[in-house]
Amino acid sequence: MSQPSVRVSLTVNGVGYERDVDPRTALVDLLRDGLGLTGTHIGCEQGVCGACTVLVDGTSVLSCLMLAVQADGCEVATVEGLASGPELHPLQEAFWEKQGLQCGFCTPGMLMRAKEILASDPAPTAESVREAIAGNLCRCTGYQFIVESVLDAADRMAGSASESTTAPKS
Amino acid sequence: MKSAPFTYHRPRSVPEALELKHELGGDARVLAGGQSLMPMMHFRLAQPAHLIDINGLDELAFVRRQDDRLTVGARTRHAELLEAADAKSSPLLTQAVAWVGHAQVRHRGTVVGSIAHADPSAEIPAALLALAGEVTAASTRSTRTIAAADLFDGPFTVSLADDEIITSVAVPVSAAGTGTAFVEFSRIFHGFPVVGVAALVQLDAGVVSRASIGLCGMAANAVTADVSGLVGLPPTAEAVEAAARAAVADLEPPADIHGSTKYRKRVCIALIRRALDEAVTNAGGIR
Repeated sequence: MSQPSVRVSLTVNGVGYERDVDPRTALVDLLRDGLGLTGTHIGCEQGVCGACTVLVDGTSVLSCLMLAVQADGCEVATVEGLASGPELHPLQEAFWEKQGLQCGFCTPGMLMRAKEILASDPAPTAESVREAIAGNLCRCTGYQFIVESVLDAADRMAGSASESTTAPKS
Repeated sequence: MKSAPFTYHRPRSVPEALELKHELGGDARVLAGGQSLMPMMHFRLAQPAHLIDINGLDELAFVRRQDDRLTVGARTRHAELLEAADAKSSPLLTQAVAWVGHAQVRHRGTVVGSIAHADPSAEIPAALLALAGEVTAASTRSTRTIAAADLFDGPFTVSLADDEIITSVAVPVSAAGTGTAFVEFSRIFHGFPVVGVAALVQLDAGVVSRASIGLCGMAANAVTADVSGLVGLPPTAEAVEAAARAAVADLEPPADIHGSTKYRKRVCIALIRRALDEAVTNAGGIR
């Protein structure tokens, strides 16, 4: 019982794509199988683990609970778009240096959610980071390192943003 | 774990959506935020032959205060309600929504979607009951309002006809001297509550003139419970405790892995007490 496919045009990490998809295809499946962007992970497929978190038009969403056809005309940002060339994003550097990834499975979702957190609050506290990543599960339970990594990334980004206008952080 | 196949419809207007629902009836489900429907489809607990996606209907994305009513459209996401200035006019709705899911879920899920889904554990139906709110159900035949008390009809069931779509929800704006609160207990931070309580208290010269509560996790659907014993009394600790105990006396919440019937009732008494206390404080009451 195949359904008529639907044409989807979307931008992922600044690159435009057009694909014909079965309407039941989740956004995460289009990203991984249709576009070969396997950085976004599929954890639970029921909206509880956060591993598949991507940004759609700048807002974090669970790409397992959004249909690919619903991303028509949207700008999607995935973990593949964080680094610029060989230059890691400050979040990636911080996660690397502070052991913010253990097995790495939750990391793509953590990074995208963390990017959104720091965009709205460049100087978060450990407590606010913990609350903000409540929708992203780490089954290694290494939350301490993840929180430290996000705080470290905030420092790095504040430092590189400007030397003159320092953003004080508690 | 992928959805069963379905035909996808993306109406461009509310009349077009209603026409589709009229034509497809019970074979079609309305897709709003998808934070509940999509998991059910992945589990194949729901296998609709048709999906009517209302995400393109910007005319249903609104939070509007008109006179003494706050109305929220069916495409309004939780996060949008939380940021809407008008939503402060009836704070209980916002207080409930703040507990819903986590950030990613609130970014996409809708207030009306949570009502239509009617999960017995969900927060918003309980708040809607405490507020004695109502939904607007539209079809090609008619547009009618359904009072919250007549809406919830068992687990995951609302009293809608097969050709109807809920287009908005309305709640009364808080009257002077009114305080509200939402409290819940859940096993994980921002998980589904085991029990949740929405409370509204109105004070007149230090005496309760109106009190209502809505409960989730305590029955086959969200329910109200009687706390009218408080009316006419100052909201003392003893009066609140007695009202909380009386409220759960006739409830027989179903036991499940998260708690027995007895446990839920005990948790519920404590939460009703806390919710009423907080509502009294928010109403400007002093004990």
